[in-house]
Amino acid sequence: MEYLIGIQGPDFVLVAADNVAASSIIQMKHDYDKMFKLSEKILLLCVGEAGDTVQFAEYIQKNVQLYKMRNGYELSPTAAANFTRKNLADYLRSRTPYHVNLLLAGYDEAEGPGLFYMDYLSSLAKAPFAAHGYGAKRFILNLPSFTVRLIDKDGIHDMEKLTLSGEMARPMKATFYPAA
Amino acid sequence: MALEDLCHFRDIFQEDITTERFSINLLHFYIPEVEYLDESPIQFAFPLPTNLPFTSSQTVPLPFPMAHGTTTLAFMFQGGVLAAADTRSSCSGLVACPASQKILPIHSHLVGTTSGTSADCMLWKRILARELRLYQLRHSRRLSTRGAAKLLSHMLHPFKGTELCVAATLCGWDGGELEDECHDHEESAGTTKTQKPDLGMTVGPSQGSSFTPQDSSRKARLSGPRLFYVCSDGTRLEGMLFSVGSGSPYAYSILDQGVRWGLTVEEATSVAREAVYRATHRDAYSGNFVDVFHITSKGWTRRKREDLKEEYYREKERQRLERKTQHDILRANTSIYSQCLAMPS
Repeated sequence: MEYLIGIQGPDFVLVAADNVAASSIIQMKHDYDKMFKLSEKILLLCVGEAGDTVQFAEYIQKNVQLYKMRNGYELSPTAAANFTRKNLADYLRSRTPYHVNLLLAGYDEAEGPGLFYMDYLSSLAKAPFAAHGYGAKRFILNLPSFTVRLIDKDGIHDMEKLTLSGEMARPMKATFYPAA
Repeated sequence: MALEDLCHFRDIFQEDITTERFSINLLHFYIPEVEYLDESPIQFAFPLPTNLPFTSSQTVPLPFPMAHGTTTLAFMFQGGVLAAADTRSSCSGLVACPASQKILPIHSHLVGTTSGTSADCMLWKRILARELRLYQLRHSRRLSTRGAAKLLSHMLHPFKGTELCVAATLCGWDGGELEDECHDHEESAGTTKTQKPDLGMTVGPSQGSSFTPQDSSRKARLSGPRLFYVCSDGTRLEGMLFSVGSGSPYAYSILDQGVRWGLTVEEATSVAREAVYRATHRDAYSGNFVDVFHITSKGWTRRKREDLKEEYYREKERQRLERKTQHDILRANTSIYSQCLAMPS
């Protein structure tokens, strides 16, 4: 199962996505990147049906870049999110709907950080935290590693990949029970 | 182009852009359009009512994903790209052809393994080969493997949701001729103006004239072996190792433990053959022979097709010999032991 998670902080947005590209029961790739860079400070995370994800995400990506080329300035995260939702809605009742679930994360000078949740029925919600999928550790299709990125006023930063042998293997007791 | 204007070609092309969501082919060659799937073969004299259940756009969903009955694999290593496949074509339970070819060369430096419906794979490979050749003629350089994968993926996208089933891995070597053209330009710049082609299409040499270190590193990144997996459901992945088909889990088990970057060509070939052999041993839809293709900077080379029945008997013979030698060692040990026991202390 593919998993996306986003958390908005006071002046940043943190997003993570799993790295598995699976084809029915076989994991074809262990290092697949599900994040699409729309502009210097906007990331689109996309999961869903096999071909639809890349087609739709690249379509949005190229259109956002085209806007910048035509007008000289970039779309804000709110505008990009609404543009994406409009496209999803337009294709929803056509012969070829896109079955994709999205998270759009961005930082705007005026509005600050923003995280937008969109799903395949073209709903849109701005949320302080959001997730898609079922990312439990004991789920049968295990997800060994996650790509993590942070967006703040300086742009998009890559962070250390989360793997099972690193962060998640640390015992949880220390965080739940405060020192006596 | 003059011929285009004479045939009023651009008018036809323009209206296609506005009506179709995808303008997948730039010129009106025959690429199967999605609408033709709605035509009934008996519709030659009178039009059929449209509410008949012939339209293939609303098919009954399959209860589980159909596995493509084959074993194909491809991986990258230091010596290039190696592709291997079995040769059995099955058709609902019977072997339609025991000696089909599942690895189809597309051009001198690109080979595609095919899995899925044989007819679909063969057709789309030929269409891809044609489009790549046109690209090469227009731009005087080969399209990269990444571009070929993207082109194939976009050509197959309108058929998503229909019965078309193509799962291919494209194995290729990029970029050899960019360096050749750079060398040509440098040589000719040293001498007096020799005959340059008077077409106005100097793509490679003019770019190579400003040969900064950035350009050379870019060329180094651009050229080399490449491996892409393209599926008709829209998946397009770049990787170092892929196996496709109903026998792929068995092949993966051999490949995941045996493939390293530093393999020699002989070792890689034996790993690939072993993987296909193991898959054909257990999978009912794979079998008969194994084809191995090797792609290097000089192009693809093909190994002689080998019968896996022979491999099976060779392995049986090896096992028999091993058991025999073990048995002999055991007998020798027990006889020594009994001799020691029998010796007076």
